[in-house]
Amino acid sequence: MDRQGVRTRDLCLWYGSFQALKSVSLTIRHGQVTGLIGPSGCGKTTLLRCFNRINERIAGVRTQGTIEILGHDVYAPGTDLIELRKRVGMVFQRPNPLPLSVAENVLFGLRVHGSGRLAPDVVEGAVEAALKGVGLWSDLKDRLRTRATDLPLEQQQKLCIARLLPLKPELLLMDEPCSALDPAATSRVENLIRELRGTYTILIVTHNMAQARRVSDECIYMLLGEVIEHRRTEDLFINPSDERTARYIEGRYG
Amino acid sequence: MTNPPGASGRLAKRAVLRARLGRAQELVIEAVIRLCGVSAVVFVFAIFFFVLREALPLLFGGLDLGQFFGSMEWYPDSLSNRRYGALALILGTLAVTGLAMVFAIPLGLGAAIPISEFSRGRTKEALKIVVELLAAIPSVVWGFIGLMILNPVIIDLFDAPIGLTVLNGAILLALMSVPIMVSIGEDALKAVPDTYREAAEAMGATRWQVVRRVLLPAARNGLLAAVLLGVGRAVGETMAVLMATGHAVTIPTGPLDSVRTITATIAAELGETARGSDHYRVLFVLGTLLFAITFVVNLTADLVIRGFRRR
Repeated sequence: MDRQGVRTRDLCLWYGSFQALKSVSLTIRHGQVTGLIGPSGCGKTTLLRCFNRINERIAGVRTQGTIEILGHDVYAPGTDLIELRKRVGMVFQRPNPLPLSVAENVLFGLRVHGSGRLAPDVVEGAVEAALKGVGLWSDLKDRLRTRATDLPLEQQQKLCIARLLPLKPELLLMDEPCSALDPAATSRVENLIRELRGTYTILIVTHNMAQARRVSDECIYMLLGEVIEHRRTEDLFINPSDERTARYIEGRYG
Repeated sequence: MTNPPGASGRLAKRAVLRARLGRAQELVIEAVIRLCGVSAVVFVFAIFFFVLREALPLLFGGLDLGQFFGSMEWYPDSLSNRRYGALALILGTLAVTGLAMVFAIPLGLGAAIPISEFSRGRTKEALKIVVELLAAIPSVVWGFIGLMILNPVIIDLFDAPIGLTVLNGAILLALMSVPIMVSIGEDALKAVPDTYREAAEAMGATRWQVVRRVLLPAARNGLLAAVLLGVGRAVGETMAVLMATGHAVTIPTGPLDSVRTITATIAAELGETARGSDHYRVLFVLGTLLFAITFVVNLTADLVIRGFRRR
């Protein structure tokens, strides 16, 4: 049996008086890539940003319901946000490496979550492992001191994935990770996502339906804050059960 | 006239007229704005020219620069042996400014960080207004505080013979340069893109870790510029230090020594000199020196700021 990676129950979210998520109940399988699709404003990014509670940076956000990540309710009072974010990594729409060196970007998580200094061999090992994990090692091994913000966008985005790996997260959240990249870079990042599948549970928001078909095992179609359909990707695209999903994937809506 | 007389012709004519008027208005406004912009430059150069003009005859006619920079003997109105050694004044200025920065940098940047990063909405506005209020206090009032409040406090605390010292002036200058440091420092922090904060927070950094590991390195140039502008403010300040530092031409050996700064010297002596005399001119040499110092400091700050904008 598959382990149940992430489960939400009756998740509702309001931005002030606007309800962005309406009773979202989902079960996301461990070790698989799950795509979140839907037209702009349907709440897919909002949903994604609930899993590490980064939504709470914005004033006036109110959340109701539960999200369980490997058996822990992340909205329970007393949840350690720092620990949560260690276990749930996020990749953003625009590559956002920190204005530090390549190596320091990779080590950022360890520095933030560790106590005291990092031993030199830990540092070297972590940087190499993380960069190898995203296929950047051969490109960047001689440029570890370069400012990460000076890299090409593709490398920046891969670095943003690499910096999550030293913390051994359980869940990776990706918010349109390829929307700032050209097609060739997109395809390489998609390959990377497929490679990470299995080791990590991955949730990916995408506007690009072809991408959802290429990288995801399961797909969730959302509309106006509600989950309309959640099935295996090939089933959803070939044989959608809901009329609204069908209209969206055929390009007649959204 | 090709247009037939009538309503449409009149309307067309009026439209043309209006367009012309509009263009003329535009030109006038543009000229006025350009004049305003240029005038700032003209004023700066005019001031510098005026100060330098008064200083030049002495600078190239008799002033012993070795003595000026190397001697602490400032006897500008001795009858038998006039000496213009400004070393004590220069060191006095440096000492007061330096010590002021020791207080002001942690205070100023220390205030910029919580205002920019740890407060929101009304609290933030209230804090900013209070800091700006600090900038609105006239320097003579600061001097008064130094004279009447800090002076006895310093005497009591350090068992010093007099409280009008480097320490006194430095505390005042620190408080006076804090507002500019806070506001420029806050701008520098605000200029750091929010995506950096979000990225770091999403990795589980606490807000303090975000400040220390991300914002401070990212805003380094802006914060440095804030400090330099604060230095510029402190170097040029006159009235408060004139009142609070004891007015003694000595080379300071500690924070409890009395000194006299370049600015205080000019302010105190210029009124008593005969126009065109050597004493009068040497004060303008001091003015030129002061101008040069603040110019270099501000220019550096400016270049540094430009560096952080380009990033």
